[in-house]
Amino acid sequence: MNKIGVFVCTGCDIGAAVNMENFEDIAKEFGAESYMTHECLCAPEGVATIQSAVDEGTDGVVVAACSHRAKIEEFAFDRTKVYVERVSLREQVAWSMNGEAEDTQMLAEDLMRMGVKRAKVVKAPQPLDLDVDRTVLVVGAGLAGLHAAQAAAGMGNPVLLIDAADELGGYVAGMKDVVPETPPYDTIHANEIAQLISAVEGDAGIKVYKSTRTKKIDGMPGQFEVDLEGPFGVEHVKVGAIVQATGAMAYDAAKLPHLGYGLSADVVTTNDLESMLVESKLARPSDGKLPGRIVFIQCAGSRDPEHLAYCSSECCAASLKQVAAIHRDFPDVETAVVYRDMRTPAQLEHFYQGVQEMPGSLFARGEIDCVSVVGDGLRVAIKESLLGDDVSIDADLVVLATGLVPNSADGESIRLLTDAHGVIAKNESDTQVAAAKEKLETLGEHEGTEILNLTYRQGPDLPVLSYGFSDSHYICFPYETRRTGVYAAGSVRAPMDPAQAVEDGLGAAMKAVQCLEMAARGEAVHPRAGDISVPEFSLQRCTQCKRCTEECPFGTINEDEKGTPEYNELRCRRCGICLGSCPERIINFPDYTVLSVADMIKSVNVPDEEDEKPRVIAFLCENDAIPALDEAAKRGLKWNPWIRIIPVRCLGAINVVWIADSLSNGIDGIMLMGCKKGDDYQCHYIRGSELAEYRMENVQETLDRLTLESDRVRIVDIARNEYEKIPEVFDDFLEKLDEVGPNPYKGF
Amino acid sequence: MNASTSPLMVIGAGIAGVTTALEAAEAGRDVILVERESTIGGRVLRMHNYFPKLCPPSCGMELNTRRVERNPRIAVATSTTVTAAERDGDGWSVTLKKAPAYVDDRCTSCDDCAKVCPSKVPDPFNLGLAEVPAIRLPHLDAWPARYSLDREACADGCTACVDACKFNAINLDAQETEETVSVGAVVLATGWHPYPIENLSDLGGGVLPDVIANVTLERLTAPAGPTGGKIVRPSDGEAPKKVAFVQCAGSRDVNHQAWCSGVCCLASMKQAMYVNEQLPETEVTLYYIDRRTPGRNEDMLTRAAELEGVNMIKGKVGKVTQGADGLMNLRVEDVESGRLLEETADLVVLATGMTPNLPEVNLPFEFQLDDDGFGLDNPAAKVFMAGVARRPEDVAASVRDATGSAAKAIVATSGGAK
Repeated sequence: MNKIGVFVCTGCDIGAAVNMENFEDIAKEFGAESYMTHECLCAPEGVATIQSAVDEGTDGVVVAACSHRAKIEEFAFDRTKVYVERVSLREQVAWSMNGEAEDTQMLAEDLMRMGVKRAKVVKAPQPLDLDVDRTVLVVGAGLAGLHAAQAAAGMGNPVLLIDAADELGGYVAGMKDVVPETPPYDTIHANEIAQLISAVEGDAGIKVYKSTRTKKIDGMPGQFEVDLEGPFGVEHVKVGAIVQATGAMAYDAAKLPHLGYGLSADVVTTNDLESMLVESKLARPSDGKLPGRIVFIQCAGSRDPEHLAYCSSECCAASLKQVAAIHRDFPDVETAVVYRDMRTPAQLEHFYQGVQEMPGSLFARGEIDCVSVVGDGLRVAIKESLLGDDVSIDADLVVLATGLVPNSADGESIRLLTDAHGVIAKNESDTQVAAAKEKLETLGEHEGTEILNLTYRQGPDLPVLSYGFSDSHYICFPYETRRTGVYAAGSVRAPMDPAQAVEDGLGAAMKAVQCLEMAARGEAVHPRAGDISVPEFSLQRCTQCKRCTEECPFGTINEDEKGTPEYNELRCRRCGICLGSCPERIINFPDYTVLSVADMIKSVNVPDEEDEKPRVIAFLCENDAIPALDEAAKRGLKWNPWIRIIPVRCLGAINVVWIADSLSNGIDGIMLMGCKKGDDYQCHYIRGSELAEYRMENVQETLDRLTLESDRVRIVDIARNEYEKIPEVFDDFLEKLDEVGPNPYKGF
Repeated sequence: MNASTSPLMVIGAGIAGVTTALEAAEAGRDVILVERESTIGGRVLRMHNYFPKLCPPSCGMELNTRRVERNPRIAVATSTTVTAAERDGDGWSVTLKKAPAYVDDRCTSCDDCAKVCPSKVPDPFNLGLAEVPAIRLPHLDAWPARYSLDREACADGCTACVDACKFNAINLDAQETEETVSVGAVVLATGWHPYPIENLSDLGGGVLPDVIANVTLERLTAPAGPTGGKIVRPSDGEAPKKVAFVQCAGSRDVNHQAWCSGVCCLASMKQAMYVNEQLPETEVTLYYIDRRTPGRNEDMLTRAAELEGVNMIKGKVGKVTQGADGLMNLRVEDVESGRLLEETADLVVLATGMTPNLPEVNLPFEFQLDDDGFGLDNPAAKVFMAGVARRPEDVAASVRDATGSAAKAIVATSGGAK
């Protein structure tokens, strides 16, 4: 920024902890034009002082006071004109230092240098101003898709609703009754999907395309270019956001011979029975007779590692619904439900109670031993039953409550297949071709499964999370998506019952509309919601290494034929992982540049070796590690004064050049502190911590080669509530550095 | 009044209310978020970790708080309740009462006041398990990050905090204020409270010191909790050797709460993991009617069941008594088989369910309650539910519902489908 003003707060113990004698000189040495102290900078009088400096042209405001997480509103100015740098003298010095005054003072002065330097070299971001098409494309017109379409239209957005089938309604359209969604929840309700379909078809805001798929989706949120393919041929449309509500299908019962499927025509599935109920013709397939007793086998395929390891969530209520319909329509028929755990959460418990009270309904807990043919009927043998050791129930008809399998496409696997095909076509090396062929074999099941057909470098469909579902990994953010502007809804996202699918459709529509509104304002969506900064790519220096296109967790960056990145700003979540990936350092945000952090590192005064005061640069993730650090300070924990903390957007947004910069500046150790990785990762950008680890392993190898000990670089996982560990984590590292000895480059 | 330009009101700033407010505001709508407590976050911040990832709730709340704080479209009214509401054209005219702001925005959280406060009160954030000064930061993750004063606990004439505050942030004579606002639609996200264990005296609730609620175990495990994160028996402060989780404590029971709270099985499995991690020698048993771990949360059941020292037994605990040796005796019945077991434990955790707050907060809007006290949407009156106000559910489901509720409120105030 051009005109830097430094504003130092002396309140909250800062004045007592830090000697500010040299601050003004330091600030000015590093480029500040004005300097002042205030006893309570966040009070209206203090803020007014800053405001008047801003009014007089100060565009780089350095607030040396509390953490950047405190008093945000007070220290917010027009972000397109004024850059605010927060120097955390309260949390990182006054509240957390207990050592010698000299060390504390050196820390405070370094923080001041780093802050002023950064303010000097960054720029205020300018908002994007792009045309945004507010049309929402809903792919899949089952219950979730119909509701998503209706909600998006209701919010004032034009909607295109497509379905691969020639009728709307999806899975639920084939049902006679539905589980109760309104009080008293104790019995089945009529299926009203026909009314919903006609409301949607009659909605002027919704254009319906039957027997239609997306042949191709180019572009980015707000500006997707879509080729729809249907009976009309190909139609090109522009849409802003996409809801994928492609639903689920029943697990293939042919894979369940151990439950008697295939043994007799009288072993059927939930869907087979539903068709009979719809037609009001309950008959054994073998002889057309009304069955005297129907036995339901729950978890047919579900909760079984050999088949579906998950619980399909809706089958317990689905069987209860069929039991209720049978007792209503065919009162002479007995039913028995064999279950492992009856899963009727929330108000559905009333439904379970209601159905249990129906005469002729039996419920038996146990595992299925076997299903066998006895005479012209069937026998279901149950083990581990609580009714006795070995129990069996005779049945005229056995219904397998088959689980749900999502109609999803695993975008990442399909992309690997495409890559493998490319390698084989090129035929450059035998070993590569052999590896590619192996890939084709292992991933063969994904061949030709594309649904959305996104023209993204990282694959044509949403990545799946687990078991083929396109769910979010985040409990707090169930619509979090790795493809901005594309939101999964309903049973393609996660196993769910129809009532949940309705809500899910509404939620996904909300996120789609929200994404468009934010794009129109030039703002990023979650997690950096509202951020207006976008990276700039200095492509003249690009070496086409493809790291940025490979590593972006959100598929933001495409490649041209040469491998030059093609950045799509509205797909971007502004995490900075691309900045971290680039060996040429050509990717920079206006307010977060490789150079600005390098300059902060170089601003640290490194004492001579004989002073025996090592220096550590600690990069802390601002999402969890910095809050944890602030809490440690708030709780009065003290830590070592030799650490210099630099907040980063994500551990993935750390460029390895900063490690080199640190070492060449004589820094003894570098720590990266951020969110957990692995299966239960807590990184808000999915891969940031994992990528940081991988990059640091490479750095460590290099260090070893240069006989600069790799122990000088350490990554530490810290969760948001693990603040107590922080002092110890620093001490452990310093102990290790003590063993390793000072950085040999010190003083050069 | 034109509903589409007037703000939406969200009542309750737990995870559901915060979500509804954020989703609507980020889509461009103005939102008034009303919360009776002095900080946002509600129940979730009292949890140590969420299932199934075992990650801290403060992590997601950190992001949500930043979103709220930076969004000019959300006005947050804490320490505020609704006293009256009437239909006003298409929307509602709502009267809000704000409790006296004894501490104002000048507060910097410096802690000088708390250090000198002579009055101690049971800490509501820690469910009364610890004592805190009458003036304090309500909890570590509090936002707004402002101290709050329990005025009733002040000693007569005491002005210690006022004298200590360097920033003139405290005014002991602050008065309650009232204002009336017009809103287009209302979303009720009033949340839940744990079913009181005192109602479960047959299970030792409120009678035996080492019979605790699941929510208490969360505080005992949290680093900022009363024991610094140590799982101990309340009676003697010792680590338990044999822990029993009693599922459906007061749930699926017509004498208490007929509904299933939907979360307690998973919560107990998570807590079994807490105990197992901290006290690997301790024997843990879950007594259940059905293990309800839907969707991919089935993985939680698989993981918990694989832990050495964690057992699951089908059966409903009907009675908990204390023997002469101090151990608790549990009578476990299985209704289906008629089987009866006698088991022991030295710490009993009652997996109590969720009781909706909606009936008791008695909000003056037009909507119906079901027999259990959960609310039903009333689109005609533009009143919607979000989260546990509608249905007992876990955080992910609550957030899903809350996101959908934002859509409902926007649709209701957009003049309908076009």
